[in-house]
Amino acid sequence: MTEFIEAILIMAALALLLGGVLGFAAIKYKVDEDPLVDQIDEILPQTQCGQCGYPGCKPYATALAAGEAEINLCVPGGNEGVRKLADLLGKDFMPMGGEAAVEKPKSTAVIDENICIGCTLCLQACPVDAILGSAKHLHTVLQSECTGCELCVAPCPVDCISMQAIPETLTSWKWHYPVIPLKVKQAV
Amino acid sequence: MKTSPFVAQPMPLQTVMLKVVTALVPGILLAVWAFGIGVLVQIALAVAVALATEAACLKLRGYPVKPFLLDGSAVVTACLLALSIPPLGPWWLAVLGTAVAIGLAKHMYGGLGQNTFNPAMIGFAVLIVSFPAQMSRWAAPLALAQPDLGALAQIAYIFTGHLPLAFDAVASATPLDAVRTGLLQHLTLADIFKAPLFGVAQQWIAAGYLVGGLYLWQQKVIRWRLPLAFLGGLGLTALVFWLVDSEHYASPLFHLFSGGAMLGAFFIITDPVTAPTTPLGQLIFAALAGLLAYLIRTLGGYPDGVAFAVLILNIVGPFIDQYTQPAVFGRKKKGAKA
Amino acid sequence: MNERTFFPFHGGVHPPEHKNLSSGAPIQRAPLPSRLVVPLLQSIGNRARLLVNVGDKVLKGQCIGVPDGAISVGAHAPTSGVVTAIGPATLAHPSGLTEIAVTIVPDGEDRWIERQAFDWRNANIRAVRDYLRDMGVVGLGGAIFPSHLKITDKGKVHTLIVNGAECEPYITCDDRLMREQAAGILTGAGIVRELMGAERVLIGIEDNKPEAAAAMREAIKTCGFHAEVGVVPTLYPSGAAKQLIKLLTGIEIASGTRSTDHGVQCFNVATLLSIWRAMEFGEPALARAVTLTGHVERPGNYEVLIGTPIDELLPLAGVKPGADGYIYGGPMMGFELPALSVGLSKAGNCVIVRGGDVLPQRPIELPCIRCGNCADACPVELQPMDLYWFARSKRFDKSEDWELFDCIECGACAYVCPSNIRLVDYFRYSKSEIWAEERQNRAAHHARQRHEFRQFREEREKREKAERLAARAAEKHQAAVSSADPADAERAAKIKAAMERAAAKQADAVVEAAAPVAAEAQAALDPEKAERIRAAMEKRAAEKAALEGMSPEEKAAKEAEKQAKIQAAMERAAAKKAEKAAAEAIPEPAPKAEAPALDPEKAERIRVAMQKREEEKARLAAMSPAERAALDAEKAARIAAVKEKAAAMKAAQNENKTE
Repeated sequence: MTEFIEAILIMAALALLLGGVLGFAAIKYKVDEDPLVDQIDEILPQTQCGQCGYPGCKPYATALAAGEAEINLCVPGGNEGVRKLADLLGKDFMPMGGEAAVEKPKSTAVIDENICIGCTLCLQACPVDAILGSAKHLHTVLQSECTGCELCVAPCPVDCISMQAIPETLTSWKWHYPVIPLKVKQAV
Repeated sequence: MKTSPFVAQPMPLQTVMLKVVTALVPGILLAVWAFGIGVLVQIALAVAVALATEAACLKLRGYPVKPFLLDGSAVVTACLLALSIPPLGPWWLAVLGTAVAIGLAKHMYGGLGQNTFNPAMIGFAVLIVSFPAQMSRWAAPLALAQPDLGALAQIAYIFTGHLPLAFDAVASATPLDAVRTGLLQHLTLADIFKAPLFGVAQQWIAAGYLVGGLYLWQQKVIRWRLPLAFLGGLGLTALVFWLVDSEHYASPLFHLFSGGAMLGAFFIITDPVTAPTTPLGQLIFAALAGLLAYLIRTLGGYPDGVAFAVLILNIVGPFIDQYTQPAVFGRKKKGAKA
Repeated sequence: MNERTFFPFHGGVHPPEHKNLSSGAPIQRAPLPSRLVVPLLQSIGNRARLLVNVGDKVLKGQCIGVPDGAISVGAHAPTSGVVTAIGPATLAHPSGLTEIAVTIVPDGEDRWIERQAFDWRNANIRAVRDYLRDMGVVGLGGAIFPSHLKITDKGKVHTLIVNGAECEPYITCDDRLMREQAAGILTGAGIVRELMGAERVLIGIEDNKPEAAAAMREAIKTCGFHAEVGVVPTLYPSGAAKQLIKLLTGIEIASGTRSTDHGVQCFNVATLLSIWRAMEFGEPALARAVTLTGHVERPGNYEVLIGTPIDELLPLAGVKPGADGYIYGGPMMGFELPALSVGLSKAGNCVIVRGGDVLPQRPIELPCIRCGNCADACPVELQPMDLYWFARSKRFDKSEDWELFDCIECGACAYVCPSNIRLVDYFRYSKSEIWAEERQNRAAHHARQRHEFRQFREEREKREKAERLAARAAEKHQAAVSSADPADAERAAKIKAAMERAAAKQADAVVEAAAPVAAEAQAALDPEKAERIRAAMEKRAAEKAALEGMSPEEKAAKEAEKQAKIQAAMERAAAKKAEKAAAEAIPEPAPKAEAPALDPEKAERIRVAMQKREEEKARLAAMSPAERAALDAEKAARIAAVKEKAAAMKAAQNENKTE
């Protein structure tokens, strides 16, 4: 019987000691980090498109940090972005649903200059001021600044904005992933 | 193949495995000479079951069967396991052990190259923990047994469990076993070593493995670090204990040539999948395994600790790897080896 | 005595050399091809800026593209002829992408431009660099790095290493160059040595090239400065710059640092020849030595003009039947050509034809067993098997920790892998993914900054507008009080009241503007306006549908009709705007106004104001010219006064800002 009690006492003492050490370390060696909202915002692609349902990337980041939003809502970030958010927030990976599940190629907006009437509606819609122009004057999209958020396409009353895929250049070309899935029927 | 390099001259995987099996031959031959045909029966059983299990697992996982079956890794695992179990063990021992080694330790973890633990050692561990009686039923070396057990009788015993005479007449302990029990009975080593058991079978078989291991090293299939560090770890620890009390702790030479030490040093711990890859990491890994093997042998509950030592070190293998990464070209500290 | 000790590097492999195939015969000059496809991108960095047009006649050596920026070199016509096309052409690059190239059809005369030597001894170093850049001199070892960027200022480099190692199998062009043009190479080395002030010149040659070593030693006797030939053991990749530097000097240069920081610079033998010809003969880099070998009848070395299409080059060597692939570069680091019509680039040191026993396909890839052969072979002492596992699982952060970017992609690891794993593919994949991610992060950061600025700008505009309206309201009050015409006063008071109401609303809006602006853009537009827009869009859609089933004439007519309509609409809008401006008595400032939410009340007010304006116009028409002039002047004066006030306010604001 005494051994029994001895064993319990020793285990309890060990637990207290180790717990104390861990607690001390947690407080004394605490690392100062960016607030969670900023960390999440770093991961988001900053397209400010609103496809997640929030009016911009920062609001979505705030909602995520508060635990109010699902992690698989950001369309431009794709599944890669969802994975990164899952890692950061300690949640399970959730694939994107609906039409967002299909990866679209990165595109930018292009204004058909023959049709543009200079109404400035798209100018006002662009969240990164990538459209150049003024009232009654031709508008044009600065290709290097366009993030492909598609917010300008809807407001245009004459439907002159189209999304065109960005062509590959030598600098943006990537080697493909070398793993090819094996199939059982493959001849050796 | 559309990308560089367009030439290659590797030693193909199949060749590597073939050389390993070749290196086992001296040890196998000596075991047959010492214990009879039982050894070969066990190997045959193990190899057959290994290939069958591998094929079944590959099929279930949707992989192409032929290239993996032909690469020889299953055969090596089977041989190593078969050589670790008693030559006269019942047939289901080898079958179960190999099935567990290939099916559980290898394919459950992802197949070739993905296992965390040495498959042969997992098989051995499962057997020795689940069937300690059968695993300790070593027959006496033929030179000592009275009467002689013929080949047919051995095969019959393995498959049917029937013997013309009681097994106890032919049973004997292994040298390590004898030392253990003797020490527990408070005999001194000098007395224990007087038994005719010593100097007959086990040591010769170990020498056979040593020869095979040296062949592998010369063929550049294995490198010197792992075997040397393992034997060094085992031998040095044994030396320390022996110098302190030579009556109760056997000499380093004895430890090096008994049990699974030689087999372990050249064939088991050198399994590339489960060992670290960095030079320093390999030294640490193998030395600790040798030390642990000695401690289990002397202070633990099993006569031979090589299997468990290897398995325990497998757990920390990746950890050792991570922290012993060698310096890259150009990033070495001043004064380090250029 | 020219033998010296060397400092071996870790790893390395010894592939079968196959150099005897092509090293026996001297370099032959390739005949003029039927056309030359000269890319404007001839080095890493920016492509040259085009100088010529289609139809221009060019002379040999004439500049057809000027360097664009610091990391760029000039492009030149390799022979005299006519420019027949300028457009995208497939580049000699594994991606198969296209680059702008100038197609020249030779006229057969091979006429040079006027050339003259460059007085490099008396020129300042910057002028020397610019000259080399304009001459298109790049590294001809395969990396096409602009050579002008490698010539450092005097005193920085003390050892010049001449790279004649040529460690890849099959390639023998440098070997032949050393045997045939040793004097020229050493003259080039002498020029570079003097420019950089290097004391030592070491020539690294592998021991499988004894004739080349002998030729270089002979040439050293008469070159005028001291140089040593260091014969190193044949081991791949001893020709890699950093590995050669270690072999000859013992210095290890980490990736990411320059060799010049350690006082060493390395030049390929062909590059030195190119520098010599540029300096002493004024010849731009127009051709290079190429080894044609493999599954061919007559393997050998050829001096080929840049831009020669490979399909016109191969017949010189005679491709044997059964050829099934063409490798550009060596077997360890080259790539399969995307098309045979590509023009030879300055990086093309070799073309190997695969077929028969030449470079057969490798067997199927098996899983990695962590045997460690790759780590033993790696000359940079990396752990390729770890990098492979990280690349497979896409853990690029760990790849970087394991120094992925130190990898020189030499292929030694894949050469020894028992499981036939295409290791270098994984490393190239990881590197390009990491670079793409960095680009994406930079773009996202940039977009975030623009978005934040936009939000700031809109708030600022709201604030300014509110202040302006408040000021205007006060101003108006003054004007209303001092105005004689009772109708005017009444009107002014009404306007003032309206504007005060507007100002108050603005003030409220400013407070609300703390919320992101995008919310407004996103928020449902006023139903009336939305309806109008929807109607316009439907109309447009209907138009588009109708356009589908029309003939070209109908389409043209419709187009003209549409243009007329648009014109009319714009005129109407202009008129409306003029009226609106008049009603408010101040021209509308910046066009980027916020989304005007036309509520019924405001619409009513505007209608009333417009009506008033109509009445006023009628009154004006009934006035005498003199009276009208007086009224105009008064109005002009009022407008001028308010404009001044606005300008003053803005100036004051700017002052506040700069404070």
